[in-house]
Amino acid sequence: MKINPKEIALVEEKRKWFLPGHRLCAGCAAPIIVRQVFMALDKKPIVVTATGCLEVATTIYPYTSWRVPWIHNAFENNSATASGIEAAIKALRRKGEIHEESPIIVFGGDGATYDIGFQALSGAIERGHNFLYILYDNEAYMNTGIQRSGGTPGYAWTTTTPVGKKLKGKTQWKKPIARIVAAHRQIKYVATASPAYWTDLIKKVRKGVQANGPAFIHTFSTCPRGWRTAETKISIKIARLAVQTCYFPLWEYENGQYRLTSSSEAIAKVSKRKIPIEEFLKPQARFRHLFHPEKDQKIIKCIQNEVDKEWSILLKLTGHQLL
Amino acid sequence: MITEQEVIGLNGDEAVAYAAKQCKVDVVAAYPITPQTIIVEKFSEYVANGEVETEFITVESEHSALSACVGASAVGARVFTATAANGLALMHEIVYVASGLRLPIVMVVVNRALSSPINIHCDHGDSMAERDAGWIQIYTEDAQEAYDTVIQGFRIAEDERVLLPVMVMLDGFFISHTLQNVFVLPDETVKKFVGEKRNVPEIEIMGKRVKLKLDPSFPLTIGPLALYDYYHEIKRGQAEAINSSMEIIKKVHDEYSRVSGRKYGDGVLDSYKLEDAEIAIVCIGSAAGTVKSVVNEVREEGLKAGCLRIRVFRPFPADEIRRILSGIPVIGVLDRSLSFGGMGGPLQYEIKVSMYDEPKRPLIMNYAYGLGGRDLPPGTVKKIFYELNKLKGKQKPKETFKFIDVRE
Repeated sequence: MKINPKEIALVEEKRKWFLPGHRLCAGCAAPIIVRQVFMALDKKPIVVTATGCLEVATTIYPYTSWRVPWIHNAFENNSATASGIEAAIKALRRKGEIHEESPIIVFGGDGATYDIGFQALSGAIERGHNFLYILYDNEAYMNTGIQRSGGTPGYAWTTTTPVGKKLKGKTQWKKPIARIVAAHRQIKYVATASPAYWTDLIKKVRKGVQANGPAFIHTFSTCPRGWRTAETKISIKIARLAVQTCYFPLWEYENGQYRLTSSSEAIAKVSKRKIPIEEFLKPQARFRHLFHPEKDQKIIKCIQNEVDKEWSILLKLTGHQLL
Repeated sequence: MITEQEVIGLNGDEAVAYAAKQCKVDVVAAYPITPQTIIVEKFSEYVANGEVETEFITVESEHSALSACVGASAVGARVFTATAANGLALMHEIVYVASGLRLPIVMVVVNRALSSPINIHCDHGDSMAERDAGWIQIYTEDAQEAYDTVIQGFRIAEDERVLLPVMVMLDGFFISHTLQNVFVLPDETVKKFVGEKRNVPEIEIMGKRVKLKLDPSFPLTIGPLALYDYYHEIKRGQAEAINSSMEIIKKVHDEYSRVSGRKYGDGVLDSYKLEDAEIAIVCIGSAAGTVKSVVNEVREEGLKAGCLRIRVFRPFPADEIRRILSGIPVIGVLDRSLSFGGMGGPLQYEIKVSMYDEPKRPLIMNYAYGLGGRDLPPGTVKKIFYELNKLKGKQKPKETFKFIDVRE
């Protein structure tokens, strides 16, 4: 699949399906991801968005950032809402009342996807509805003010996993959500993607909407406010570091096969390209307790081990030699 | 002109499924729960036999059932679902979303008691818990009325002046599982009555007439965030919409009765022998059949008894009730659900408020009956009528709320 970045960017710049003026924070990766997703599309989509930052900050009545048909129902039911939309379009098309072919794009944060909306997501995939689910994972409940989710990494500070005398942030690891989704027999396409690797992301979105069935893309969405990053302008840099450290590897799954993509594929071939996890953790003050007042080598080692373990699972799944 | 009709033996659930089939619904999203299950099963058979063109979404929960209905209705589809008790409670959050988004979904609630203890039989606690959710609520008395009301429901909900979801109630087991001879209209007649497809109204936005739905040709944002600067006005608009739906509900009922030959009072209230009544029982649902028959019995014994069945509970027909009950000195309100910690059942509150402005307020007794499906035998109703009769001209008793047929 050939991608001409300039051409794509210009098309979206001109049609502006997602308008500026919304109230998402400076440096938030969610609107960047939305625009990158739209850049991949030829046809105007119908968009479903779960309750969350992306929804509240883009549709403050009487304003909206969305120049595509857009619906928000509730927090835990974006996939169920999409099921209804897809079924209705099928029924109305049979009757000749709808002619357009609109891809259905569903956005949900990690809360809506890993946690409260997981049942509806799993059910919709099992029923085989044709929609592309885009998880924008900013690794905590950011809309309510940084509370831990199933997507929050171990040892991260959040307001419900504070760093105290006894506990050093979250005590559990992230749920491997994309692999869990891939375990559904009815899923047609699964991928992970990062806004730092946007041509890779665009290719994956195109595959997702052409999958002719449920598709799921797990995107990595930096949150400067919740991650307490040093500067908002390093958002994309952090998203890149997540890939370079193999904390968030890029891969796709279709026809029963896992495949590494982009930088992650390169790292699998040349292992020295893999950067230590410390580089990813350092610029984020949610991990400050690992570096101040003194460096906690034990915990950093522990996180590195967990990253390595997940990476080796992925190498195995993608048929690569273990490092 | 009254249409010639076929008589089929149907239980309440089957009658509901049959009506939904005839209404040519585009999407059904439903999850099975006793005593609603037969509706889902029956509809699945229609799908399996190719008798309907409906997309049937066999969702993984009731929450998803109503969520999918919201999505489907937002695209412009005619949408139906059904549930009961715990299922309705699980939907609760989306019950409010559906009415807030002004989506004309028709949902049948087969009334069942809420847990705990878990119980599968009838009471009205489930739908009473949704009475403030902004849906039109219509309670039926038997399978025939359930059939008729589902058909009327689509016409009411989809009316441009209404655009609200409609909840049609039937008593679990008493109606849902009881076989009855049901007159069914020919398919063509129903199609003509409800319209072959849903008419999605147009609104004006930025000088352009656009269909009020998710449509790529004019993208609307449906379900945005609205805070204190607008929420208040939006909710007042919703309140006005449901209040003014009363006239449409009556009109649709009248029009339907001209086609079917069947009438349920004035479509809102079903009064029975109240003209000269000195005592009256006010109730909801299938209990009315028993009460009406006991009215006949005690009238032969000299009591001037009558019955008022509330068909439309939301919007609540307070003015009509006041007019009808005016001058009746003693009234007994039967509640098949509770408001724990309150001063009686939910129907009692509505009736008392309705009668508050009467220059001569009646004595109103309140009876909790039939919880979890306990039967309401004619003997019990008779006892209530005699108790009400004894209270004529008396002082208000200390206790006006009581559980009937309850073991101590």
